[in-house]
Amino acid sequence: MTFLRHLARSNRVSMLMQSTKQSTLPTTFSWCHQRWMSTKSDTTQMTVRDALNIAMEEEFIRDERVFLLGEEVGQYNGAYKVSKGLLDKFGQKRVIDTPITEAGFAGLAVGAALSGLRPICEFMTFNFSMQAIDQVINSAAKVHYMSGGTVQCPIVFRGPNGFAAGVAAQHSQDYASWYGAIPGLKVVSPWNSEDAKGLLKAAIRDPNPVVFLENELQYGITFPMSPEALSPDFVLPIDKAHTLREGKDITIVSYSRTLNFCIEAAEKLESEDGVSVEVINMRSIRPLDVDAIINSVKKTNRLVTVETGFPHFGFGAEVSALIMETEAFDYLDAPVERLTGADIPTPYAHNLEELSFPDTNLIVKAARRALYRKK
Amino acid sequence: MDAIPTYRVMDKEGKVLVPEEEPKVTEEFATKIYKDMVTLNTMDLILYEAQRQGRISFYMTNYGEEAFISCGAALDPSDVIFGQYRESGILLYRGFTLDEFMSQCYSNEKDHGKGRQMPVHYGSKKLNFQTISSPLATQIPHASGAAYALKRAGKKNCVMCFFGDGAASEGDFHAALNFAATMQCPVIFFCRNNGFAISTPADEQYKGDGIASRGIGYGIDTIRVDGNDVWAVYNVTKAARQLAVDEHRPVLIEALTYRVGHHSTSDDSSAYRSKKEAETWMRYDNPITRLRKWLHNKGWWNDETETKYRADIRKEILKSFSKAEKLHKPSLTELFNDVYDKPTPNLIAQRKELKEIIQKYPANYPLADFKNGGEDL
Repeated sequence: MTFLRHLARSNRVSMLMQSTKQSTLPTTFSWCHQRWMSTKSDTTQMTVRDALNIAMEEEFIRDERVFLLGEEVGQYNGAYKVSKGLLDKFGQKRVIDTPITEAGFAGLAVGAALSGLRPICEFMTFNFSMQAIDQVINSAAKVHYMSGGTVQCPIVFRGPNGFAAGVAAQHSQDYASWYGAIPGLKVVSPWNSEDAKGLLKAAIRDPNPVVFLENELQYGITFPMSPEALSPDFVLPIDKAHTLREGKDITIVSYSRTLNFCIEAAEKLESEDGVSVEVINMRSIRPLDVDAIINSVKKTNRLVTVETGFPHFGFGAEVSALIMETEAFDYLDAPVERLTGADIPTPYAHNLEELSFPDTNLIVKAARRALYRKK
Repeated sequence: MDAIPTYRVMDKEGKVLVPEEEPKVTEEFATKIYKDMVTLNTMDLILYEAQRQGRISFYMTNYGEEAFISCGAALDPSDVIFGQYRESGILLYRGFTLDEFMSQCYSNEKDHGKGRQMPVHYGSKKLNFQTISSPLATQIPHASGAAYALKRAGKKNCVMCFFGDGAASEGDFHAALNFAATMQCPVIFFCRNNGFAISTPADEQYKGDGIASRGIGYGIDTIRVDGNDVWAVYNVTKAARQLAVDEHRPVLIEALTYRVGHHSTSDDSSAYRSKKEAETWMRYDNPITRLRKWLHNKGWWNDETETKYRADIRKEILKSFSKAEKLHKPSLTELFNDVYDKPTPNLIAQRKELKEIIQKYPANYPLADFKNGGEDL
């Protein structure tokens, strides 16, 4: 972990900048949400941060074995305030501020899980989880298998993942493909508030170790919550993708933050080109809902993958390979378009950082390429 | 500054140095420990040879470190143990059967680990012994976490965690001690300082006063003990357990010993130390001999019982050994189980594919060696 408080503070400033930049987002979201809400009036608005907080609180109440540990999760309410109020409500037995040693508290969480507790291990960001990756991969992910199925390791490793804003190369990485490569781990990445709540609750209840990849820039964004999503029983399945927008001409698959841009791109393509775009929120990186992608490609015959990870051996690479290995390949009318983060250490300079990750325009451009449309 | 002193009960001849430190134990209790030490030693001889003959792939002996069996005697059976890999004796003491040891080393259908781990990676949920994990030192923070869970559950138990002088250089060791201290976890950290981390001698591993000096730095009650002295190890473990359970205080024990055997069957220690050095230790400071002499002095053991026990146990081990060798391999289905609590779609697809291939080319996939002949795939 590095310069934690400074980092948290500087990010809040940059988040304000970010939110003014994206003033078009709320209309986009309310539009797309109308598609799956029964009526507009029975929806509540909630930030992703609050959804995560409520998910933890509900699971704390539901199951005495659940507890949260990590750096500054208690007194300070978490570096990004995701655990706000939990220490006051549940006390030090359930919310533990740890010394600054990722390998230590991740290992401690594994030991506690082996002994029947259900730890939620917060990494201040997943960039810092590199300090503890052996505990995640060689201990948590393996112990059930290596013990001949006698011992389970129910644990959630959660925290912000992917690029933020102005935090440079060591704090701007997407670890979906890193953890997604490991048998024994489940890896999920929520996009909106319903995802955040339903998936986190599912992850906490899951008897397997789950890596839960949040996004710092999504924390402050408000999304509608359906009445069902407000229920303490609301849980989303970990292995199922969610079609955010149905379409027939091209499929865009993504997860987490970049879905904001995918939806914007879909709107733009529809209004400017008259193209019908399907947008799939993968929700889960491992297990990956391959059928959802295959079925969509069979319908639209064109595919764009969008992620903020590095291109080599990433999410898009995996999806492209899976398409080639299945019947979906025969349905493709154009090569798969793979949009990723730039293959460089992420720049600190704001203008260069912006150019390093897919945005709405880039997605539109790639989709047009796949549709053989020139503009 | 003076070095931290070493706690001892017996000298090398099994004579008690300070009478009041001699534990009040029964003949049955003391001979059980001794018999287990001999059993462990005999099993090591047989399985080491089995590896040399190519019958098992790997093995690690406990030569010179048999005294740690008494840790098992000082604990409650429901205390949780996290081993590194050279703690077979404690498992034996707790009641892991010879068949269970052999089945694990042979990866047969009775192996609790279903043939997924290298030999000596034992584990037993029933005996509260967590499965050995190959990566070095990861078990140390696990132990702190498990101890925290015990404390939270309000149990009158502790966790005991074993590791070597080399593992104590890993960051995990430092993290685990600091966490146990700050979170007041009932855990006993037991360092087997046997002088070598594979080939690296202790004097190249650290420059401070052994491992014990580090415990003090973390605010942890610490003691150094003669690791070849069964009763010294027993006493300190017992005292440590009391501190851990009654006061939720972690304890660090550094046991000084000497690794008489090679690190593992993948190692030839003659490349970095003289054979004579190891032989000298074996002859002049052998934990088994020390306890035997103590038992002789008590009149609880003699040459006759010695010869008889050694012959009997050898026979029993060999019987178990050949039985394990003849058992089937685990069921083929087990290849796909336990990656998750339930197989995920990709694993189900893999299992289906394997089944189809086997059905298509039965001659290339003889299944007679597997449990149920592969029928349950």
